[in-house]
Amino acid sequence: MLIKICPNGFDPWQEIQAYQQNALTALAGKIGATGIFVGTMRDFNEGDQVKGMTLEHYPGMTEKQLAKIVTEAQSQWQILDALIVHRVGAILPDEAIVLVAVWSSHRGEAFDASRNIMEALKSKAPFWKKELLDSDQERWVSKNTDGYTTD
Amino acid sequence: MIMSINVRYFASLKDRVGRAEDILDNSGLSTVRAVWQAANPDEKLPDNILSAVNMDYVDLDSPVKDGDEVAFFPPVTGG
Repeated sequence: MLIKICPNGFDPWQEIQAYQQNALTALAGKIGATGIFVGTMRDFNEGDQVKGMTLEHYPGMTEKQLAKIVTEAQSQWQILDALIVHRVGAILPDEAIVLVAVWSSHRGEAFDASRNIMEALKSKAPFWKKELLDSDQERWVSKNTDGYTTD
Repeated sequence: MIMSINVRYFASLKDRVGRAEDILDNSGLSTVRAVWQAANPDEKLPDNILSAVNMDYVDLDSPVKDGDEVAFFPPVTGG
């Protein structure tokens, strides 16, 4: 398991490749599925154009809660390994905010565990977004939407 | 030896109280709710605020002890 908090931009595809090459060599032949979620910043929210964002976090608690989320997922699904990368600080539209990657032997675990980890991150990991609108007004995002509902 | 509780605030709550941190030199505080009241006597704790002790989520009636780090913050919005 690796959990990374990035104060600068990151390339999710390079992170996945590097982790596979450096940390997953012992799993050669065992991996049958990789579940990946990448979240990127939109330039719109709640009817307004958004030109930038600042992500605040609680250092220490963030890592502790993310590790707990992965450990809980490991107790529920047969996961071989997991990688979480999350951006903090100033961020611009189209940049990656979050990466969740889960390796398993079969697709069911990869899909379900990556989804579960992502939803748990959204509700438990102590990060907060402050948006900078095109009008130069700043506002805190008040809550995350439920990822399992469509409306 | 002076006992203390470290209180931390994040995001919009930090803006609202106007501080990121308080150090309370008080060993008589028994719960998370009591810590808030001691640190913010003129401010009612907003309804949706989450709390943590030593970086684990707790409810407001959870106990605190000397040396704990108590944090208050709004609903999280990462990801």
